[in-house]
Amino acid sequence: MTDHPTSPVSQPASTSVGAAGGDVTRLTAAATAAAIAAGELSAVEATQAALERIAKVDDTIHAFLHVDGEGALAAARRVDQRRAAGEALGPLAGVPLALKDVLATRGMPTTCGSRILEGWQAPYDATVVTRLRAADVVLLGKVNMDEFAMGSSTENSAYGPTRNPWDTTRIPGGSSGGSAAAVAAFEAPLAIGTDTGGSIRQPAAVCGLVGVKPTYGAVSRYGLVAFSSSLDQAGPLARTVGDAALLHAAIAGHDALDSTSVDVPVPPVVAAAARRDVRGMRVGVVRELSGDGYDPGVRAAFTAAVETLTELGAEIVEVSCPHFTYAMPAYYLIAPSECSSNLARFDAMRFGLRLGDDGQAGAEEVMSRTREAGFGPEVKRRIILGTYALSSGYYDAYYGQAQKVRTLISRDFAAAYEQVDVLISPTTPTPAFPIGAKVDDPVAMYLSDLCTIPSNLAGGPAMSLPVGLADGLPVGLQIMAPTFADDRLYRVGGALEAALDDRRGHPLLDEAPAL
Amino acid sequence: MGITRDEVAHLARLSRMSVTDAELDALAPQLEAILSAVARVSQVAAADIPPTSHAVPLTNVLRPDVVRPSLSAEDALAGAPAAEDGRFRVPRILDPDE
Repeated sequence: MTDHPTSPVSQPASTSVGAAGGDVTRLTAAATAAAIAAGELSAVEATQAALERIAKVDDTIHAFLHVDGEGALAAARRVDQRRAAGEALGPLAGVPLALKDVLATRGMPTTCGSRILEGWQAPYDATVVTRLRAADVVLLGKVNMDEFAMGSSTENSAYGPTRNPWDTTRIPGGSSGGSAAAVAAFEAPLAIGTDTGGSIRQPAAVCGLVGVKPTYGAVSRYGLVAFSSSLDQAGPLARTVGDAALLHAAIAGHDALDSTSVDVPVPPVVAAAARRDVRGMRVGVVRELSGDGYDPGVRAAFTAAVETLTELGAEIVEVSCPHFTYAMPAYYLIAPSECSSNLARFDAMRFGLRLGDDGQAGAEEVMSRTREAGFGPEVKRRIILGTYALSSGYYDAYYGQAQKVRTLISRDFAAAYEQVDVLISPTTPTPAFPIGAKVDDPVAMYLSDLCTIPSNLAGGPAMSLPVGLADGLPVGLQIMAPTFADDRLYRVGGALEAALDDRRGHPLLDEAPAL
Repeated sequence: MGITRDEVAHLARLSRMSVTDAELDALAPQLEAILSAVARVSQVAAADIPPTSHAVPLTNVLRPDVVRPSLSAEDALAGAPAAEDGRFRVPRILDPDE
């Protein structure tokens, strides 16, 4: 370890606080990469620091399902060798990262938080993983999630719940709860999550992080185990808007291996995050995403953030999106319908668990017994619900009608973006709830995604960033933008983050209790 | 409106999942509650609205019809529950008396 690895690269917004001290795990991804590139810190040191932090806190947090210490250190050594050889390094070279266990990864298990894939190793890398490896990002391992990304609390993992670093009796959000908890607990500066109805943004909000769902089609879904193919999208979780932008830029871009990947240039997200100027931007507050059911502390933090945006020179407009109130019902028909089809591939024949194959039982019986034992309650609920919504006689009333509502929600967005550049709302109606509080009440759990679902249905990008605390728990503000205008999220998010950090004197995450 | 225990059992069979009686007891009222929460979509007047299946316009994607490397048989079988002679081994798919 060099004497003062942080000082030459410290950034006012991220490392000025005494708590960061010489602790490498408190550095932002940008600062970590800069220190490695400058030779003030080695990638091996950064990786070892992350692995030591995991060893120290993950018994409590339970973010990781699999830690690949050897693989991570080998990748870090390659970065150090390349630097020593004088090769140019990318902006995230040597930075440790936690990968949601829904992305196919060679050399590590990919379980999707399910018994049915326990111990399964993918024979290929997801494109996101290929791009991370190519960017010299150090993969620490795979992190916990609601089974097949279905849930808002990570309690639906077959491998036990993950805990919120702000209050370990509470949920870290979901389905990317392991990704969020790992970053908030300083086990990794970066994580990849996936977002089908809010599964990056809601965990980011309740853990005090920045989380982004890119525009649908911007990040390849190749090797992302499908839950709801028309909605799923991978994206970054980080402690700062700038770090999220670096990771976004590393994973986005057209991929011929995904037929829903869109061939448009990646928007200039890194430059937008650094711009810190929202003067003249028109920001719409969505009328329908407020009011009854929103925690008073969430409302207060949101209102204060809106005032800050006004002070920064943004023009605030109230906007109505009347069909957003039907987004949750439409989503819980569309997503289960697609899930019932996608999860048919877990048939006990080609990969994963197989039970009851005693030489007598037929394939259907083996399949039924395996799926009974291999899937948890929420996955079963959604498969049955989707099978029902797609059955003849109900199709028009449920799935067909939900697809029409999806059109109306897209039209609401289009009309709103004629008046404003971005839309904002709280990310979640409430802060993190206690573990166990909603496990037996699926509908109450589904309401966690009220504000995040519209962007999945319409495909546009959206970000959650921390704007304050409610009773000591983080509150997230959601920014939504038109499809392929992901850079607007970063422009508004970067400016708001800088103003709030300046006012507070430190990043919000510095207020999290020590683990 | 409403979903019965028998319907849930039928849907589980269609989905190739054996479910226990205890699971059926729990699932039926939960699905009933979910359905009544999502049935609100039918309140939206949308008779002349086209459905959206994907958020961004998509066209079919084809690649040139040329041989290229792909997953090896060994890799494809590596995660199989059972394999034999370079193939997936599966339980019988027909009844013995068929």
